[in-house]
Amino acid sequence: MRLRAGWIALLCAAGLYLIVLITGRTGLLNPYWLQIFQFAGIMTVSGLGLNVIYGYTGQFSLGHAAFYGIGAYTAAFITKSAATGGWMLLPALLAGAVAAGLVAFLIGMPILRLRSDYLGIATLGFGIIVKVLFDNSDAVLPTLGGSRGMTGIPHFTSWTWVFLCVIGAVLLVRNFVYSSHGRACISVREDEIASEAIGINTTQYKTLGFVLGCSLAGLAGGLYAHLYTFLHPMNFDFLKSLDVLLIVVLGGLGSISGTVVAACAWTLLLEGLRVVLPTEILDWRLVIYPLLLIVVMLLRPKGLFGGNEFRFLKPEERR
Amino acid sequence: MTILIQQIINGLQLGFVYALIALGYTMVYGIVRLINFAHGDVFMVGAYFGFYAITRLALPFPLALLVAMAGCAVLGVTIERVAYKPLRRAPRIAALITAIGVSLFLEYFCSLRFVFGPDYRSFPRPFAVRNFDLGGVTVSNIQIMVFAVAIALLVLLQLFVQKTKTGMAMRAVSFDKDTARLMGIDVDLIISITFAVGSALAAAGGVLYGIAYPQINPFMGIMPGLKAFVAAVLGGIGIIPGAMIGALIMGLVEVLSAAFVSSTMRDAFAFGILILVLLVKPAGILGSSTQEKV
Repeated sequence: MRLRAGWIALLCAAGLYLIVLITGRTGLLNPYWLQIFQFAGIMTVSGLGLNVIYGYTGQFSLGHAAFYGIGAYTAAFITKSAATGGWMLLPALLAGAVAAGLVAFLIGMPILRLRSDYLGIATLGFGIIVKVLFDNSDAVLPTLGGSRGMTGIPHFTSWTWVFLCVIGAVLLVRNFVYSSHGRACISVREDEIASEAIGINTTQYKTLGFVLGCSLAGLAGGLYAHLYTFLHPMNFDFLKSLDVLLIVVLGGLGSISGTVVAACAWTLLLEGLRVVLPTEILDWRLVIYPLLLIVVMLLRPKGLFGGNEFRFLKPEERR
Repeated sequence: MTILIQQIINGLQLGFVYALIALGYTMVYGIVRLINFAHGDVFMVGAYFGFYAITRLALPFPLALLVAMAGCAVLGVTIERVAYKPLRRAPRIAALITAIGVSLFLEYFCSLRFVFGPDYRSFPRPFAVRNFDLGGVTVSNIQIMVFAVAIALLVLLQLFVQKTKTGMAMRAVSFDKDTARLMGIDVDLIISITFAVGSALAAAGGVLYGIAYPQINPFMGIMPGLKAFVAAVLGGIGIIPGAMIGALIMGLVEVLSAAFVSSTMRDAFAFGILILVLLVKPAGILGSSTQEKV
């Protein structure tokens, strides 16, 4: 049964990919909307990262945008200085992910000792420090542009790249979560003391979850940089961390399907309101959006999926 | 040396404004364990209430302050009743997300043309600015007024929480909600009172901020709100004197690092100190770390 659900999901994914690709190429889907679709994919990758950190490992992070930014700036710096063909995107994306993961490892070692809200505050503080460093980055590396923003990044991100990254991230997170390492992370979320008592090295697994999640944010950042070809420190301030948190919680903590659906719904809703609303009340777009957010949260406090998954994402139960 | 003293005075001015916001954060967190992200926006609304009370209603400053505080107390209670109360038994993160929703709503609703409008407004000075020269250090009457109002409100709050019956009930609820209910305390009422008091203090902070740094806009609450919250954590969240100490430290660090190191890096210093303090004392300066029971 699961195998069939898997095939259907694969066919649907391939179908979606082809439809967007073809309509994009023929101009049926205008470039603006193609960009929105790609952005939805990027938010999915970043959201999956935060879901690993908060949803599965239970470590409250309010600084996700910082790692997203580190990935973006690293990847953009590489492609901009190398000045070669589009294949440079792959090493650049990987470098962005590795850089974000490395910083996450270094900062995670000391601060992951903090619990719940205090960890949230520390990561929030770290996020703001990183934003200030981006603002002042041109003093060290003029290419990064500092508070004037980084321009002239090659436009390498395409629908295909985004799609491959989303599929890759979903598979990576799914296989991680259902591996013994992922199980250890979930047990840390449920009860740290009990997991320690059954021999799980909690520090190690908290760091593992944090580094993996932040690397995904870094990967998403690299895609973002090469989609919009312009980076500004404002794009990585703490409000952007809140956006990712909203997506993960709306989808349901600890649910891959939830994050994917919520990331797409969130991006398309914000842009969709722009189209649906008549011009005279367009100002209301950002008033309606938080109201919807409050209503959804009041009606479904555990998120849309509440920890459940589409069937094809779940491993077969052993009888 | 005079420059240092001058900057310390400027830092204290900012710190006292942060303290008024931080108290609301810390009281709400102490009672419902919620990071009330909308608190910074209540501060903004308070500044606007003060602005309209002075410009449209032509009220004298003390009355304008009271109007702003009363208006925001009502706003705070409304927010609590509509957005947070239904989620009291839900996972804590759900209330946090609605708090973010309320915050965004207040910012963008207030930016609408027929509400406050998106533009920067200059806040009127309710009295002429006068500077007093004390041996090279200048102190303006605005600074003196900020200190006086903030200290008076802080003392009043401390008396309210420590000496009155309602204050005792607030402390009881923050200590143990279920036991407090068994002792006959109306917990919902106490939570509403806490939101009202916290929001009124934030409004006072907003009016003082408007007078001290005379420019207001619907997004002015984000950064001061964030810093005040950090100040509350720095001092030990849930502890009222802690919030004050934390806020004064934040104000001083911010102004001193802007004056002597680099003005673009001042947020990095403020938040760097936060992380260092949390690493050494995870429960904040005045917080006592509780040992987890197995």
